[in-house]
This record gives sequence, structure tokens and C-alpha cells, in this order.
Amino acid sequence: VHIPDGFIDGPVSVTAGAVAVVGLAYCAKRASAELDDRLAPMAGLVAAFLFAVQMLNFPVAMGTSGHLLGGALAAILVGPAAGAMCVTVVLLVQALFADGGLTALGLNITNMALVTAFTGYALFLVLRPVLTRALPGQQGVAVAGGIAAGISVPVAALVFSLEFALGGVADLPVHSVVWAMVGTHVLVGIGEGVITYLTLSTVLRTRPDLVYGARTTVVPREAVAA
Amino acid sequence: VSRARKQLIAFLAAGLLVACVLAGLVSGFADSDPDGLNKVAIDQGFADTEKPHDLADSPLAGYAVKGVDNERLSTGLAGLAGVGITFVVGLGIFATVRLVRRNPEAPA
Repeated sequence: VHIPDGFIDGPVSVTAGAVAVVGLAYCAKRASAELDDRLAPMAGLVAAFLFAVQMLNFPVAMGTSGHLLGGALAAILVGPAAGAMCVTVVLLVQALFADGGLTALGLNITNMALVTAFTGYALFLVLRPVLTRALPGQQGVAVAGGIAAGISVPVAALVFSLEFALGGVADLPVHSVVWAMVGTHVLVGIGEGVITYLTLSTVLRTRPDLVYGARTTVVPREAVAA
Repeated sequence: VSRARKQLIAFLAAGLLVACVLAGLVSGFADSDPDGLNKVAIDQGFADTEKPHDLADSPLAGYAVKGVDNERLSTGLAGLAGVGITFVVGLGIFATVRLVRRNPEAPA
């Protein structure tokens, strides 16, 4: 969903830039209270991992590929505030690779970092209690993360559609763009969900204590064991 | 160095290794079809409103290292560079964010 230069007009791009700045300032403030000696280097690793996995486009339909956005995954691993910052770091570095327009940076940070991290984490918080009761061990956390991440992708596509409706340079019927964006990104979301589930279950198997979104399910158990 | 610190460093190293394998090797086998947004832009007819990227002449533009002709090698090297840069920039930013909290007097 990297928006290049030219798709969205100046006023909407600038507005999204302002949203991104305000959102990131909030994230930095919140992350500074949440990051500890373990989560801060973890967040660096999460950013590097997202960069790598975003390169791995997977097929979603005839002639269409998709790649991880990773905001929800990052949010569950290091918290939504630091998670949105991880995706932002990836987007900034990707500019060196000429991926995602510089004038569209605010739009991309809004859609791919802030929207995915915060809607993804909110959905995760709704799903986690239900799924941790239904599934053994940390499976519930990983499955809740996968589903939340999958849904966050069409949500981001919906926000792009809104930006396109407000500031799309091409004069096109908005409803057909909305349907195409959401339809395609439901499929991309399935891949996002699978990658998120696999990554979370791997980390939860090795170091569950490093997963921000598993604190409530992991820490009490350790406390009981101690 | 405490045991917990060693275990954390081992986890970070293993994670970075996975990221390097994905970006350095697996990336050469990624699907090269247009991604979701690009495909929609082509189908709906707004792909032509895209303007060239300001950093299109960057030595890493298009996830390829300028001057390396072998496509998989070029993508892989660009991927490794990206993982390294992202990790260093990320560590720097998150370390800074933490420092601001340790010194509440310091300018944010």
C-alpha cells in the first residue's frame, strides 16, 4: 500500500502529514514511558524484521501481489506506540529505495503505521480474552494477533480510499476505487494474518516475556510459578 | 554482563539473522506482480498519475544495488543494506526516546 507521489493532491497530503506528526509525537511520548531495557532493542529488531518481510511480496490473485504492512504485528510485539514508530522507521528507510513517495510520506505513515498499529492493537485487545480462553497456552494470543492484523489491512485500504475520495488526482468514481481497494486488501490481509500468526507463535514459543501483547497472559503465570 | 542480558542479545542476534536471510536470500523469489494498490491503480486507471520518485537515482532505488547486474544478488544486497540501516536507525531512535524519559529536564 505504499502510495507514490502524484496519486493524492497537495492539501490532503499535507493534512495527512500533520496527522502523522501529531500521531508520532503522541507515540514517542507514550513509547518513552513503555519501553524498557528489553523492549527498546526489541523495537529496533522489529523494525529491521518488518523491512525484510515487506520485501517478500506474495501472490494474492491473478497478477496481483501483496506484502506485509506489519503495524499490527509490531504493535503486539512492542506496543502500539513503539509499533507505529517501527513502521515509520521502515517507511523512512524505504525512501532510500525509492519506495513510497516523499510527498506521500504523511499519507503512508498515517495508513501503514498509525492506522494498522492502533486499529490492529484495538482489535487484538477485543479478541485476546475470547481466544486465550478457547485455545491452549499462548495459541490464543497468536491467533488473536493474526486475525487482528488481517483485518487491519482492509481498514488501511479503506483509509486510503477516503484519502483518494478527498484528494485523488484522477477524476474517477470513488465507489469503484473503494470496492477494488477493499476487495484486493481483504486478500492481502489473509497473508498478513498468516505471517503475523507465524511470527507471534515463534516469538511466544521462545521468549513470551518479550511480547508486549502477551504480558497479561504470561506474567501472572510466571508470578505463580515463582 | 548478566545472564538475562546475554539471552536478550542472543535473541536479537537470531532475529537479525532471520531478517538477513529473508531480505538477502528469500527476497529474490518474491512475487514481482504489482502489489494491491498498484494493481488497483492500473485496473481503475489512475496509475498514470504517479510521478517519478525524488530519490529514483538513489544507489538503492528499486531494491537493487546500482552497478550489480545479477538481479537476485542485487536485490539481496539491497535487502541486507536495508535491514542493517533500519536496525541501526531504529536502535538510535528508540534509545533516544528512552533517554528523553531518563532526563525529564532534557529538551524533548
